Amino acid sequence: MFAYIIRRILATIPVMAVVALFVFSLLYIAPGDPAAVIAGDQATPADVERIRQSLGLDRPYLVRFGEWVWNILNGDMGVSIFTNLPVTTMIKQRVEPTLSLMVLTLILAVSIAVPMGVVAAWKHGTWIDRCVMGFAVLGFSVPVFVVGYVLAYIFALELDWLPVQGYTAFKEGFFPWLENLVLPAIALGGVYIALIARITRATMLEVLQQDYIRTARAKGVGQRSILFLHALKNAAVPIVTVIGIGMALLIGGAVVTESVFAIPGLGRLTVDAILRRDYPVIQGVVLLFSFVYVLVNLLIDLLYTLFDPRIRY
Amino acid sequence: MIARRSIFAAGAALALPAAAQPARVMKFVPQTDLTTLDPIWTISNVARNHGYMVWDTLYGTDAQYRIRPQMAEGHTEEDDGRRVTVTLRAGLKFHDGEAVRAQDAVASIKRWARRSPTGQVLLGYLEEISAADDRRIVFRLKRRFPQLIGALGLPSSPVCFIMSERLANTDPFQPVREAVGSGPFKFMHGEHRSGSFAAWERYPGYSPTPDNATGLTAGPKVVHFDRVEWHTIPDAATASAALMSGEIDWFEQMPPEVSTLLERQRQLVVDVMDTLVFPCSMRMNHLQPPFDNPAIRRALLHAVNQEDFVTAIVGPTPARFETGVGFFTPGTPLANDEALGPLKGPRSIEASKRALRDAGYNGEPIRLLGTTDIISTSAMAQVAIDFFRKLDVNLDIALSDWGALVQRRNNRGPVAQGGWSVSCFANSGMDFVNPGTHNSLRSDGQAATPGWPSIPALEALRMQFFDVPELSQQQAIARDIQRVAMQELPYIPLGGYRSLTAHKRSLVDRVKGFAIFWGIKRT
Repeated sequence: MFAYIIRRILATIPVMAVVALFVFSLLYIAPGDPAAVIAGDQATPADVERIRQSLGLDRPYLVRFGEWVWNILNGDMGVSIFTNLPVTTMIKQRVEPTLSLMVLTLILAVSIAVPMGVVAAWKHGTWIDRCVMGFAVLGFSVPVFVVGYVLAYIFALELDWLPVQGYTAFKEGFFPWLENLVLPAIALGGVYIALIARITRATMLEVLQQDYIRTARAKGVGQRSILFLHALKNAAVPIVTVIGIGMALLIGGAVVTESVFAIPGLGRLTVDAILRRDYPVIQGVVLLFSFVYVLVNLLIDLLYTLFDPRIRY
Repeated sequence: MIARRSIFAAGAALALPAAAQPARVMKFVPQTDLTTLDPIWTISNVARNHGYMVWDTLYGTDAQYRIRPQMAEGHTEEDDGRRVTVTLRAGLKFHDGEAVRAQDAVASIKRWARRSPTGQVLLGYLEEISAADDRRIVFRLKRRFPQLIGALGLPSSPVCFIMSERLANTDPFQPVREAVGSGPFKFMHGEHRSGSFAAWERYPGYSPTPDNATGLTAGPKVVHFDRVEWHTIPDAATASAALMSGEIDWFEQMPPEVSTLLERQRQLVVDVMDTLVFPCSMRMNHLQPPFDNPAIRRALLHAVNQEDFVTAIVGPTPARFETGVGFFTPGTPLANDEALGPLKGPRSIEASKRALRDAGYNGEPIRLLGTTDIISTSAMAQVAIDFFRKLDVNLDIALSDWGALVQRRNNRGPVAQGGWSVSCFANSGMDFVNPGTHNSLRSDGQAATPGWPSIPALEALRMQFFDVPELSQQQAIARDIQRVAMQELPYIPLGGYRSLTAHKRSLVDRVKGFAIFWGIKRT
C-alpha cells in the first residue's frame, strides 16, 4: 500500500508537467494583453509597448516558459502583474474561504444526499422515490447562481436571517463563519446533492436485489441494518467515486458561488485574473486546482480499500 | 419573525468578540476591485479614487472646473512666463511623519509627466524642473506654457499626485508598492485583500487648504468618517441586495435594471454620480479600408443616432444622458456646438446608404470589435451591430472580453490579417475636457491611440491650444478643433451618459464627480 501511494504521488509529477505546459501554452496563444489593460483606454501604442517591456511580455515563449518552470521548481509561482503580490501570497489569502465553502458543501451534500438516495431506493416506486428523483432533476437543472439569488432574496432580504454576502474568517468565530457560508453552501450543494442522491439510489437498488440481502431479510435482520450496514457499505464504491468526480463540479461551482455571494476565494481570484490576463495568477491557480484534483483522486482510490477489502494495491 | 443574527445568536455569544470598530465607518462598493495602489502606473478610475484619498495635489478643481491651490500656497511667473515658481504650503506632512518637500513634488511631477498626455506636452516645453528649497518648485520653460497650472490640478487620469521622493523615483512604467501620501486618508496596507477588501482611516495630520473653494477636488477636504472600507462585490445584484439589507452604505455604479429596483427603496437614494457625462465614441481604423476614406466615415453621420447608443446603456430617463454631444464633454468650458449639424435632426439610414455608395464603398469587410463584459461598451456594441446591419454593409462581428479587445485593437493590419474596422468606447468626462487630456483627439498617425488617425490640422490646432492663456482664446480653438474633427472624424461622438450611484438616504453632502470621501457625512 505504501509503495502504491508513493508511486501515485510520483505519478503526479508528469501529470503536473503536462498541465503546466498546457496552461502556459494556452495562455500564450490566447488573445489578451495585460499591458494594454494596465495602460488604459487612451494609451498610445508607445505607452503599451513600454509597459509590455517592463513586464517582460516581449520576450520569446521559450525564455518565459523556461523561467516560469524554473521558478516553480524553486517554489516561486511568480508575482501578479497587477497587484505585485507573490502568487503564493494571493493563493494563501484565498484558500481558506474556498476550502471552507467546499468542506461545508461536501458535509452538507453527503449528509443529505446519501440518506435521500437510500430512502428512495428503499421506497422504490413510491411518492417518496418520485420526490427524491424530482429534487434530483431540479438540482441538476437549476443553475447555481439562480439558487443563490433565490436563497439570498428569501433568507437575507425578506427574512433578514443571514447576510447577503461576504466571508468571515474562521478565527473570528465559528458562528460568524457559518453565518456567511450557509447560503453559499446550500446553493453550491444543490447539484452535488442531486448527483450523489441519484447514484446512491441506483447503486442501492442494484445491491438490494442481491441474494445476501434476501438472506439477511430471511434471517430477520432489521430494515435499518440491512440498508445502512449491509447494502450501503457494498454500494459505497460507486458513491465514493462520484463524490470524488464531483470535486470538479464543486471547483467549477465555487467560481460562480463566490461571485454571487462575494466570497473572496480562489474561484473569484481565477475569474478576476482571467479577465485581466494576469498570467502568473492564472497559471498558479490552475496548477493548484489540478494538483488538488489529482490528490482527491488518489484519496478516493485509497478509500476503496476501506469499503471493499477485495481491492488491494 | 426571527430577526437577523438571532438565528446564530446563541452561538455568536460564544464566539470571540469582534474587534472594536471605529464609530464612523463608511462601507462602500467600488465599481471594480482596487488591484493596484499606483494611480500613475494604471489609470483606472478606482486607482484614481484611491489616489485622491491617499495623496494630495498641488492644485485642485472646483465645482466650476476652475483650478484652485491645494498643497500649493500659490505661484509666481517671471521672465515672460518662462520661469514659474510654485510654493508649497507650510506644515504639510506625509502619513509616515516626513515633511512634504519641493523635492518630493519635483520627482512626482517628473514621473507623472511621462505617463500623462498633458504631462508629455509639458515635457516638450520644459527646460528644467527643480527644487529651489524645501518649499519652492521651479519650472524653467522654453516658452510660456499657459496650461501648466491646469495640468497640475485636473482630475483627469493620471492625476498629478504628490508622492514622496522615495516613491516617485520609481520608473513610471513600474508600479509603486506603497500608498503613503499626505492626503486626507491613510491606506491600511495590512488589511488590504486584493479582490475583496481595502480600508483607509482618516489622517489626523491632514492639513486642509485655507482656500474655501468647494467642488470636485478643491477646498479643505473635510472628512466625516473615521474609516472607509471598500468591499468588492463583483455582482451588481448582490451588491444591490447588500445595500438594501443595510450591509453596505454606498454602491458606486450599477446597471439601469438594478437602479430601477433600488429606486423603489425608500431608505435609499439613486442619483447620478457626476453632473458630467461619460462621452461615448465610435472609433474607426483610419489605416485600413473602408474607413481610411474620410467620405465613408462621414457617410455614417446621416444615420448615427446618439440617443440609441446612450439609452442602451442607461435607459430612457432623459436626465441620465445627453445627445448633441461633440468632441468636448458637455458642461465644461470648451464644449461647443460648432459643426454638429450632421449629428442632429432627423436620422436617415437611406441617406447613409446613398452616401456610402457615393463615397465608393464596395463591400469591403467591416469588422466590429465589441465587449461582452463591460456594460457601456457591450450595450454600444449591440446598437452598433444593428446600425451596420441596417446599412447593409459587409459586417463581421468580433465580440470578446475587454482584455482581448484591447489587444486586438492594437492590430493595424487589414481585417483579413486579424485587424479591425470599428469599435465603441466610453471615457471619463474629465478625459475630454481639453485637447491636453483628450487623447482620443490625437491625430498624429501611428503614434495616436488605436484608430491611428492622421489629421495634421487637428494636431496643429492642439499645439496652438497649449500656447493661449485666455479662456476665450481656448474656446475659439476648441470650436476650430470641433469643426475640423467633424469633417475628418477621428471618431464619431455617440453622446454621453451619466453613471448612477446609490447610497443610504442617511448619507448627505456627497461631492458629485466620482467616489469622493470628503464632504459626505451621515445624518
